[in-house]
Amino acid sequence: MPKDHGIGASSKRREDVRFLSGRGVYTDDMALHGQTYAVFVRSNVAHGRIKSIDTSAASKMPGVLAIFTGEDFKDVGGNPAGWLINSRDGTPMREPKRPVLAHGKVRHVGDAYAAVVAETYNQAKDAAQQLADDSDIEELPAIVDMKKAVADSSNRVHDEIPDNLCFDWGWIEDNRAAVDAAFKSAPHVTTLELVNNRLVPNAMEPRSSIGEYNPGTGDYKLTTTSQNPHLTRLLVAAFVLGIPENKLTVVAPDVGGGFGSKIYHYGEEALVLAASRKLGRPVRWTAERTESFLTDAHGRDHVTKIEMASTKDGEILAIRTETLANVGAYLSNFSTATPTFLHGTLMAGPYKVPHVYVNVKTVFTNTAPVDAYRGAGRPEATFSIERIVDKMCRELNLDPFEVRRKNLIQPDQFPYTTPVGLVYDTGNYQATLDKLIELADVKNFDKRAAASKAKGKLRGMGLSTWIEACGIAPSNLVGVLGSRVGLYDAATVRVNATGNISVMTGAHSHGQGHETVFAQIVAEKLGIPESSVEIVHGDTSKIPFGMGSYGSRSLAVCGAAMTKAVDKIIAKGKKIAAHMLEAAEGDITFEDGKFSVAGTDKAKTFGEIAFSAYVPHNYPLETLEPGLEETAFYDPANFTYPAGAYLCEVEVDPETGKVDIASFTCADDFGHVMNPMIVEGQVHGGVGQGIGQALLENTSYDENGQLLTASYMDYAMPRADDVPFYTVDHSCVTPCTHNPLGVKGCGEAGAIGSPPAVVNAVIDALHRGGHTHVKHIDMPVSPARVWSAING
Amino acid sequence: MHNFDFVKPATIADAVKALSAEGAQALSGGQTLTPTMKQRLAAPSLLVSLTGIAEMKGVCMGDDGLSVGAATTHATVAKEAAAHYPALAALAGGIGDPAVRNRGTIGGSIANNDPAACYPAGVLGSGATVVTNRRRIAADDYFQGMFSTALEEGEIVTGVTFPVPEKAAYVKFNQPASRFALTGVFVAKFKDGVRVAVTGASNNGVFRWAEAEKALSSNFAASAVEGLTVSADDMIGDLHGTPAYRANLVKVLTKRAVAAAQ
Amino acid sequence: MTKVTMTVNGKAVSAEVEGRTLLSAFLREGLGLTGTHVGCDTSQCGACVVHVDGKAVKSCTMFAADADGAQVKTIEGMNNPDGSLSVVQQAFQDHHGLQCGFCTPGMVMSSAALLAENPKPTEAEIRHYLEGNICRCTGYHNIVKAVLAASGQDAAALAAE
Ligand SMILES: Cc1cc2nc3c(=O)[nH]c(=O)nc-3n(C[C@H](O)[C@H](O)[C@H](O)COP(=O)(O)OP(=O)(O)OC[C@H]3O[C@@H](n4cnc5c(N)ncnc54)[C@H](O)[C@@H]3O)c2cc1C
Ligand code: FES
Ligand code: FES
Repeated sequence: MPKDHGIGASSKRREDVRFLSGRGVYTDDMALHGQTYAVFVRSNVAHGRIKSIDTSAASKMPGVLAIFTGEDFKDVGGNPAGWLINSRDGTPMREPKRPVLAHGKVRHVGDAYAAVVAETYNQAKDAAQQLADDSDIEELPAIVDMKKAVADSSNRVHDEIPDNLCFDWGWIEDNRAAVDAAFKSAPHVTTLELVNNRLVPNAMEPRSSIGEYNPGTGDYKLTTTSQNPHLTRLLVAAFVLGIPENKLTVVAPDVGGGFGSKIYHYGEEALVLAASRKLGRPVRWTAERTESFLTDAHGRDHVTKIEMASTKDGEILAIRTETLANVGAYLSNFSTATPTFLHGTLMAGPYKVPHVYVNVKTVFTNTAPVDAYRGAGRPEATFSIERIVDKMCRELNLDPFEVRRKNLIQPDQFPYTTPVGLVYDTGNYQATLDKLIELADVKNFDKRAAASKAKGKLRGMGLSTWIEACGIAPSNLVGVLGSRVGLYDAATVRVNATGNISVMTGAHSHGQGHETVFAQIVAEKLGIPESSVEIVHGDTSKIPFGMGSYGSRSLAVCGAAMTKAVDKIIAKGKKIAAHMLEAAEGDITFEDGKFSVAGTDKAKTFGEIAFSAYVPHNYPLETLEPGLEETAFYDPANFTYPAGAYLCEVEVDPETGKVDIASFTCADDFGHVMNPMIVEGQVHGGVGQGIGQALLENTSYDENGQLLTASYMDYAMPRADDVPFYTVDHSCVTPCTHNPLGVKGCGEAGAIGSPPAVVNAVIDALHRGGHTHVKHIDMPVSPARVWSAING
Repeated sequence: MHNFDFVKPATIADAVKALSAEGAQALSGGQTLTPTMKQRLAAPSLLVSLTGIAEMKGVCMGDDGLSVGAATTHATVAKEAAAHYPALAALAGGIGDPAVRNRGTIGGSIANNDPAACYPAGVLGSGATVVTNRRRIAADDYFQGMFSTALEEGEIVTGVTFPVPEKAAYVKFNQPASRFALTGVFVAKFKDGVRVAVTGASNNGVFRWAEAEKALSSNFAASAVEGLTVSADDMIGDLHGTPAYRANLVKVLTKRAVAAAQ
Repeated sequence: MTKVTMTVNGKAVSAEVEGRTLLSAFLREGLGLTGTHVGCDTSQCGACVVHVDGKAVKSCTMFAADADGAQVKTIEGMNNPDGSLSVVQQAFQDHHGLQCGFCTPGMVMSSAALLAENPKPTEAEIRHYLEGNICRCTGYHNIVKAVLAASGQDAAALAAE
């Protein structure tokens, strides 16, 4: 029988009741007394020099309260990159200032160079239009193509950076010679050049921020669409505006999805705060979807050449990659970590590869900043590896299942040290592969292929065995790698006098269901009903300093902190119980919500202990403080390493090139699963996004740096009829060895493992249909591209 | 969006009068005009809603064919034309999504004449007559290239009359993002010949594929089109497909429409 | 300014609005019914779907003035009179048909409209009907399952697990 509550139960989500009744409160839902509206004036050229901005006409327009330009912020700080990466030669990366509003130059279409605040939205919008008309911006040639950008020093995104290169990173530089030697002597080398397509994250809730300044106290409040309110506070306070941290509260209320794009601090947040200080009134801003397309940090955008050395029977000997990674016009907060330590360190995949070398050059272009998007770096690594393994199998006429099986790290080889700097603590990659083959009914594929053929369709299947590193991240390790912050998390467990519980978490939920799952864990540990536990998140004035949610870290890091805090509560409860029951502390056991003296029937309920802690009449006040509230910080000892095997079956219509996903099967190992319903939902969502990347989503800039896909008219989002029901399984469990819950994280898996499975399936279908000249199709594998490949 | 005044007359005459004002524009379902105004690409000072005009709404079968009022929604056509002209009903039922179909109208669609819209193929493919407040215009004269029609200043579409063919079908291949027609083909077989209208493909908007009409008129079978080639000159090339790809779709979809015709 | 009168979730409301006031803005800002969301400016995402005279409509693509005299129902009007979740809403909770909740009001309103027209839709019909509602979180699996369940069909048997 599946459990009906506590750890491992598919408890229904309590947050759903408000969302389903229209009572969620997202940033833009808040109405504030005296509120004003900010509208940004954004560049319509990709690259230009700001000659002049004449504010005189706009400032006289009805309702206009204030106008800001880059000049107003030239003396405050810039929005920094969170990781300092060194180039192969040891020189530090080039880090241009990212101002609140563009100053001197505009560097991408959508780059905000001024803002208007007015009484109403329409007034602000009208004045912004006037201001745009009254601005003189000299258009400069746009730098869009990465290869051209690094080759041409005469045209620069940032005048001080000659070759538009942020850094040239080698991982691991010392291994390079050995890798090159392995290639020289290899019996077979497979080569593939591919593009990991740029994506727009497209959380359905557009970014939105409200700044409030209280002239009486000097306090600021920023309500904003953030995945990590404390990090935003730190960046705004310490780096950009120079507000004392204790004078700024950041609240991230209900947030409508993030997928990475809401990790980062954006200039709009600083602007609404600065404007509210100037006006003494709340200032609000909500992005139109077009603004989201132009200014939310995009994802992926790698151009990669990958080579694989192998024996003739498919044993992988070495992997070597060269990647150009687009960072866009400015460095967004995680932009330098994503193509490096979240990508290069995964380039051995789940395989026993003795030699790996990764080279990444990150390039500035006149496009929107690029940063972590669901999976962040790991989808890029997985795609490169899983595509080239498949290509190698085809070149050598080998079975893709067997080749993977042969190369997978064996269960008895853990902990396994890879040549790219990670130690995988545990796993059983054969088990998930076996499970997949069973679930996907691989043995009857030929029957299904025949049925497809009868309809005039080509059927193919594509496999991907993937691994990722998440549960971000061990602070000392990432510190060595260049991170400028720690990546621990924190939780406070407050037992109230009446025995119910408030848990304040550093993690932030924007769809993941923390309010339910975290309560399940606490309830189970304390033997109390889930309904007695309330989870509080998203408000820096309430929660301990945590680092928010991304990188599949909420449970693995914050959940671990919360578990530690619960353990402290139990430890203190035992002390109180020992006093009340007149027994030695060592004799007290805690089980099913009761503190008992071992071997006797003497016991106190959890509620009685809580009451006693707050009404300390019979209480060891000499040795113990009253109250029952504990905070714990947790810094992980290692990353966690979820892994799995995915299989996609497609049907290709050879006449139109249209690809339909016939089935998609996932066998994952996430370690222990706290709420299967939610875990499965995370995989569904990730796979949906992965299918989107593989088949539909294309972010296209023309040579002038104009975004051609700036709305849903041209950016193809997956819809309900683009995807099938997925088959997902997480019954293969090797618990994480180093966090107290044994969890690995499941938020990004689907988006990491799925794109290569889809593309491998398309190539397989074409080969089975006789189109063996097709070696690769870049994503999105759109109908037009498939048709061109067939007919090319 | 710029502000404007809003009126909702009850008769064609009142609507036409209201539209004679400076800066006035007709609003039907608003599924095209509203997003356009949000982008500030249109800024009328007066919107004249046509959806309160009873005489411009409804589907009715008469001697000269199926008449559809200009302010009839796609959803209504999908439902009410099904018994009389299933291919047209299916076309209407495949436009956009249910919420768009509940508001968008045939009059708005053909007045706008988006090169990727569905109705222009149905209207041209059926050889329908566009009825306005002033005259009746044959479909062949009405569509005049992308976003351009025979409508004159102050003239509004009040209805469309479709001769009902023996057999017809519309096959649409979705543009993956907008889900308008990347290419769509309407094939209609009448006693005296076959009409084939193509939308989404050409830089000149909806057009008739004469060679296919000829071939299909003598042999109404998908194989009749097999030997024909479609020139990629003048086809639309964009992110979602090259001219050659669209030319291919024209042929593939024509075959499929013939096979599906009922 | 135009005077509009309409019935929203069973209550008569009337107000002076500008011509350009969209129904979505009227509901959110005028009436404080912020359950109706706005997720795009090109009429594609469906987060704003409400019922106007019983039909699903994108409230971001209709002027408030055009809804004069109409019966409007929003997500706030979907709960049972006792405040409990209606069958469709309950099915979304039971089958985890939502994550961040932003697309959810539109999804629920579209799903309810579908079930009113077609009480026992197939999986394909559900997917087709929901093509104007974008969800970035769920991959649609559990949304489709929820709608199947809300129609009284055995969702678990129909959706591969
Ligand atoms: C998400 C979405 C998806 C869509 N998908 C499709 C699709 O797949 N296929 C497709 O064909 N269309 C599609 N459309 C467009 C839709 O069909 C529109 O409804 C239609 O094109 C315009 O009709 P309307 O009644 O909404 O016109 P409106 O938007 O009200 O008006 C459009 C234009 O026509 C003028 N006009 C309106 N009525 C008249 C009249 N009677 N006489 C003269 N001028 C008039 C208006 O002044 C305006 O310039 C889609 C729209 C959306 C929002
Ligand atoms: S907000 Fe109405 S469709 Fe997106
Ligand atoms: S639940 Fe987040 S967009 Fe659908």
